[in-house]
Amino acid sequence: MPDSTAIDLECINISKTFSDVLAVDDVSFDIPSGSFFSILGPSGCGKTTLIRMIAGFEQPDSGEIRIKGASVLNTAPNKRNVKMVFQHLALFPMMNVYENIAYGLRCRGVAKQEIDERVNNVLDRIALPDVGEREIHQLSGGQKQRIAVARCMVLDPDVLLLDEPLGALDLKLREAMKIELKLLQHQFDTTFIYITHDQSEALVMSDQVAIMNQGRFEQVGTPQELYHNPQSAFVAGFVGDSNSWSGTAVESAGEVLKVKTDDGLELLAMPNDARSTDRSQKVSIFIRPEFIQVERTRDESENTQPGQNRLTGIVDSLLFNGANSRALVRSPTDQLIEADIVLTGGFEDLKPGEDVQLIWSCEQTMCFSA
Amino acid sequence: MKYKATMIGVVAALALSVASIAQAESTLRLLTWGSYAPDELIQKFEAEYPDITVEVTFSNNEEMIAKLRATGGAGFDLAQPSHDRVHAAQLEYDIYKPMDLSQIDTSVMSEVHLEGVKANTTIDGEVYSVPHQWGTSGLMADKSKAPDFKHWSDLCDPMYKGKTSMRLKRTILLGTAFSMGYDPFAAYADLDEYQKILDEVVDVLIACKDNVKAYWKGGDDLAALMLSGEIVASETWDSTAYRIYSENPNIVFVPPSTGALTWIDTFTLPRKGKADDAAYKWINFVLRSENVTIMSASSGAIAAVSGGQDLLPADKKAAVNAAFTPEDIANLKFFANIPPGIEDMEGKALEKIKAATGG
Amino acid sequence: MQKDIKRLSLILLFAPFALWITLLILLPHIGMVVLSLREKVAPRVYEYGFANYIEFFNEPIYWNTLIRTGSMSLLVTVLALIIGFPIAYYIAKIAGPRMRGALFLLCLIPLWVSDLIRAFGWILLLRETGVISSFLQWLGILSGPIEMLYNDVTVIIGLVYTVILFMIVPLASTLDGMDNSMIEAGYNLGGRGSTVLRRIIIPYAMPGIASGCIIVFMLTAGSYLTPILLGGKNSSWFTEQIYDQFITRYNWESGAAFGMLLLAFTSIVVWLGLKLTGQTLANTVTKT
Repeated sequence: MPDSTAIDLECINISKTFSDVLAVDDVSFDIPSGSFFSILGPSGCGKTTLIRMIAGFEQPDSGEIRIKGASVLNTAPNKRNVKMVFQHLALFPMMNVYENIAYGLRCRGVAKQEIDERVNNVLDRIALPDVGEREIHQLSGGQKQRIAVARCMVLDPDVLLLDEPLGALDLKLREAMKIELKLLQHQFDTTFIYITHDQSEALVMSDQVAIMNQGRFEQVGTPQELYHNPQSAFVAGFVGDSNSWSGTAVESAGEVLKVKTDDGLELLAMPNDARSTDRSQKVSIFIRPEFIQVERTRDESENTQPGQNRLTGIVDSLLFNGANSRALVRSPTDQLIEADIVLTGGFEDLKPGEDVQLIWSCEQTMCFSA
Repeated sequence: MKYKATMIGVVAALALSVASIAQAESTLRLLTWGSYAPDELIQKFEAEYPDITVEVTFSNNEEMIAKLRATGGAGFDLAQPSHDRVHAAQLEYDIYKPMDLSQIDTSVMSEVHLEGVKANTTIDGEVYSVPHQWGTSGLMADKSKAPDFKHWSDLCDPMYKGKTSMRLKRTILLGTAFSMGYDPFAAYADLDEYQKILDEVVDVLIACKDNVKAYWKGGDDLAALMLSGEIVASETWDSTAYRIYSENPNIVFVPPSTGALTWIDTFTLPRKGKADDAAYKWINFVLRSENVTIMSASSGAIAAVSGGQDLLPADKKAAVNAAFTPEDIANLKFFANIPPGIEDMEGKALEKIKAATGG
Repeated sequence: MQKDIKRLSLILLFAPFALWITLLILLPHIGMVVLSLREKVAPRVYEYGFANYIEFFNEPIYWNTLIRTGSMSLLVTVLALIIGFPIAYYIAKIAGPRMRGALFLLCLIPLWVSDLIRAFGWILLLRETGVISSFLQWLGILSGPIEMLYNDVTVIIGLVYTVILFMIVPLASTLDGMDNSMIEAGYNLGGRGSTVLRRIIIPYAMPGIASGCIIVFMLTAGSYLTPILLGGKNSSWFTEQIYDQFITRYNWESGAAFGMLLLAFTSIVVWLGLKLTGQTLANTVTKT
């Protein structure tokens, strides 16, 4: 079980500039022992630079990095007990599996017999006991993945860094490896820092996720917090799917804010930050597809409940994906709105061209000052 | 439009080239030494015989034989090997054909050289070559630094240690043999005897290695060594020495005391030559006295015609006069025919010298 | 019908290559082998036998020269590798793309002039009255002129200069194909610089090293002008002996035998090299 008191990695006010481009901007965070921490952000957000600074391949311009409490700024990459799984894994093609795993131990000068023991031990733990003599090119994608993790784990690192290691795999294998990595992390009980631009990887595997944008951390939290309680428009838009509008706050009534969108709709929302309640404040509002209820229009004069948003529209098309099926509904302002629906294959299913009503409550409508 | 113009151009060019082929009844393919076919002479010749085109390939004795051997004597219409290289090559590889002396104005040739070449190149009563130009191999010294230099053996004199050069070819073997009191040409008749002489020569030249700065490989190489003052004396071709003399009059050709080794470059017809007529015309043309001077200016060699020395251009004449006394001329040693087997013996001797770790 | 057309076009496509191989490579070599087996007994009389080969082994000068040529070529190869590897590494891994082109060009420029001119360049620099000697005297470092030409060191310098590009190109292209993260992984897992070089970079570059060495060794052992022009009084080179046999001594038979021996010798050295480094010829060709 993760020990919540011990901190494995601490980054304090780290900044890094590459020829005028601010790649990492004053980032601070710490990661408790044994947790699975993800850094999620679009490509170019600085997450790779951050992880490379932790590994020691780049030097921060300012700030402090501590591993198990001790500063590593003046420690060479090969002396840091931080191991890394690279994007393309970087297994050594000229060595077999055994030699790949034994490489780090040999560098440490571990005795031959102990190397043998530890390599076989780690191979057992990743459930690939008999591949030691195989060449790298004889392994499947998933096996390579596991060998790359084992090659680091055999050295008992304080922190394991993973740089989008699933990026090169096909979808099916990626899904399987997500679960596998999570299990491996539990098994080795080591702190994993995982960077990715794929939110589903981050949400599924992590204990904590940091959302990174333009060199800064937008928000750090559990996957649930990020999804349901984003602190910024960027996080709301980046994590999970959502329909979004930009508009202006017109009036606030208690907790509820009335927003006039740029294309002329009037929507009710709950402000997620304080400033957005001001009148005439520009705001962005988001609503996730699963919170929108789709109903066939029966009675034009049906009442709108207080605190509810209601839009009419025409089903444009249906996106069938089993339990995750969606309808694309064209609003009166000619915007396509995504809403989750259930398609049973029965008689009752919605069909393109039908008039529908979209209903959602203002509590689920997120609103941020723009 | 542009396309059409190009087409017309191409057609015109084709027509011209076809015309020129049709007009040229024969091509004279010359296999000769560099500088033995100056452009001036070729243009003059082609103006005189508009139906003959001259093509020149520059070469040396060894390569001439190798080239003709490879084709069995085809590919060229006139070759110019040295007089001592015709007999054995003909016996061995059958690459030449006899000359029709009636086609050549032999009256202009100097008697000594004509008879000498005839004697050397007559096989089964047929004459294969006539003389063209002659020259010598000997020594060269900077008179300001090595005033008394005049024997082949002076190259190995410790007085000039590190200041002499030679070409590691057969000439230096022969010169050294002469300087040791032998007559290697006489010994050609008895190969065992010649081998004994060679063995001694090899010992002398190996001992001499320490004294030699470097073995030169070509005329430019030698000229650079001599003109820069890095060496003060060397074995040399006379033409190279004359060239250097025109740049530094202190440096003169020195006929060795045992006699400068003399070669005569000949005219010889390759066996499968196709333009004998043109070849005879060229021979008669270049031996005309007004053309001899042009040729000698280019080659630095003396034409084998009566009074050839007087036909030299002024600067070359000065260089020759600075080098030769009438006694030296009388003392010339003509290279003797090389019988089969000699090249191998000499080649091995040279390899031994090169491989020996002397200095 | 369709199949026939396909086959025909395939044959036509391969014809130039096959012709080239047969006419320009295979036939001359067969001719050389036949020639090398002839021995001259008298003018225009020949017999077949191994006399030319036996002659080679009986004459220490010949095989000494061959061994000398081989060992000096090996030295040149090793030097070219030692000097070329950092350059190739710099070009492939450190220099920016524009710099890379410029550096390649710099390595290529010497090849724009002929062997002869290049050798003369070295002669101008190194001779007793040459640029370097005069410059050192002018600086006052030397009191008298110094001769740097006409010895084996000069020959080796000249050869390394001539062939280094052929080492750099295959090395750079192999190293270029190497993922940078491979090197970083080497450090990350605890390797020191020397460990990463020895256990990761060099093994990865091995096909490039092997092909570079093969090309350089072959070029050096077969070079003619550079060793002749820069060499001193004792610097015999085996190609010079082949030339002498063919041209000065009219002995095509033994020249051909020497040629075949040089081919066999270099092939054996290359084969040994591949065996020792655990490479295959196919591997070195495809990886670079």
